[in-house]
Amino acid sequence: MLHLVLFSVFGLICVAGAVNLLAQRHPINSALSLVVVMGALSAEYLLLGAEFVAAVQVIVYAGAIMVLFVFVIMLLNAGVEERTGGSRVALLFGVPGMLIGSLLVAWVLLHRSGTEAVSIGALPGPPRIIGWLLFHDFLLPFEVTSILVLIAIMGAVVLAAKPPSAAPPKREG
Amino acid sequence: MSIGTYILVSVIKIVIALFVLLTAVAYSVWLERKVVGHIQNRWGPTRVGPFGLLQPMADGVKFLFKEDLTPPHVYKPLYIAAPMIAVIFALTSIAVIPIGNVVTIAGLEIPLQITDVNIGLLIVLGITSLGVYGVALAGWSSNSKYSLLGGLRASAQMVSYEIALGLSLIGVLIMSGSFSLRAIVESQGGHFWGFIPRWNIFTGQIVGFFIYLIAAYAETNRIPFDLPEAETELVAGYHTEYSAMKFAMFFMAEYANMITVACLATLLFFGGWHGPIFGPAILQALLPVFWFVAKVFVFLFIYIWVRGTLPRFRYDQLMAFGWKFLLPLAIANLVVTALVVAIRA
Repeated sequence: MLHLVLFSVFGLICVAGAVNLLAQRHPINSALSLVVVMGALSAEYLLLGAEFVAAVQVIVYAGAIMVLFVFVIMLLNAGVEERTGGSRVALLFGVPGMLIGSLLVAWVLLHRSGTEAVSIGALPGPPRIIGWLLFHDFLLPFEVTSILVLIAIMGAVVLAAKPPSAAPPKREG
Repeated sequence: MSIGTYILVSVIKIVIALFVLLTAVAYSVWLERKVVGHIQNRWGPTRVGPFGLLQPMADGVKFLFKEDLTPPHVYKPLYIAAPMIAVIFALTSIAVIPIGNVVTIAGLEIPLQITDVNIGLLIVLGITSLGVYGVALAGWSSNSKYSLLGGLRASAQMVSYEIALGLSLIGVLIMSGSFSLRAIVESQGGHFWGFIPRWNIFTGQIVGFFIYLIAAYAETNRIPFDLPEAETELVAGYHTEYSAMKFAMFFMAEYANMITVACLATLLFFGGWHGPIFGPAILQALLPVFWFVAKVFVFLFIYIWVRGTLPRFRYDQLMAFGWKFLLPLAIANLVVTALVVAIRA
């Protein structure tokens, strides 16, 4: 019972944040709504018992990646979104379509066998176990991911570097 | 312990902790003014109360009565929310900080900590990384060039030094084998050769300690890393457009962060509440708290001493120091610690 209440509360916060992200007109408000979504997801992980993943979600996603999103929005000085009139058709077909789609997915998932609700803390993930998995079963993906990140860093440095300057103009004699 | 008793005890602990933390914040301002004053060969506050001890009260009254001006060009929702965010995250990290052993009051075993989570250290790191939002949003929502530049510089600095901060803590983690702050302190009990305490700074984490200290000074935007809020540089950086109570909230957040850093340094490197224990049972319960507070006080004093002594870094020197020196040093510390622990095991 307690599990259902807590799950619903954080699930509702998550969905409300996501809907707010779409509904807000200023990008900074959308970014902050996304931070709320990350926080609610972290709480859901905690409910499952995956404490390390929950903490890392806050540290990495909400505390570093979203900060960089907020930086970009601040630096680009993106203004308020302008309202265009073309969204009425999307509203007419999109919202019912999305509702029907999500109800369909929920029905399929609930009627499969083998999926039942788990209680609080049912899937423990202490850091020790995660460390073991990372360095034994998943060592290759772990190391390859670090190379991927290195490639991304090099790409960012190349993209952000100044272009080579043109030859300086000749002085007239 | 029934759920009702647990909630009651937790609420009492929260109230006491918040009260003590807010008083400590006010009096650390007093301490700073006195110590920096004496370093600069002047007295500091002396008029309000003996030794100027009522100065924080006077400051509080002043902040309450100051005109709370909201400039017309700011982005109001975030302008009002940013100091709140800063203070909330600064005050929340007290929740996992243990100040003493488990005491027994009225038959209940009460650990002197609001909550002992398995991942206490990660929670403190998470709250620190969320604290960057207060600064960044304050700088942006003020709609002023000084604020924007100051806010961007401050948040870039905080994000950069968070890495070195986290890496320096991993050395401690490897040595004590747990993220829980209480377990880390308890692994530092006992003595070498009878008199040298088995604190982490003596068992090889001295480099880690200095990296932590420097990274923490940069995290909390204190001299020598306070370019984002230095008056000669950017008027007042991200809190230029703030007045009265909102400014006081940023101020409180900065000093609360200082206190959190000092508490963490004590817990992780200096043995927390370990110290000579003697006497009757009531003294045995209170002495660990006394030792903890004494060590935190020493760290606050060092913070203020450094502030009064060193000049500040230029921004490019600051960032180069964080990325090109501190980060490789922290990684090297991590590698050496891991090697030593692996070889010894």
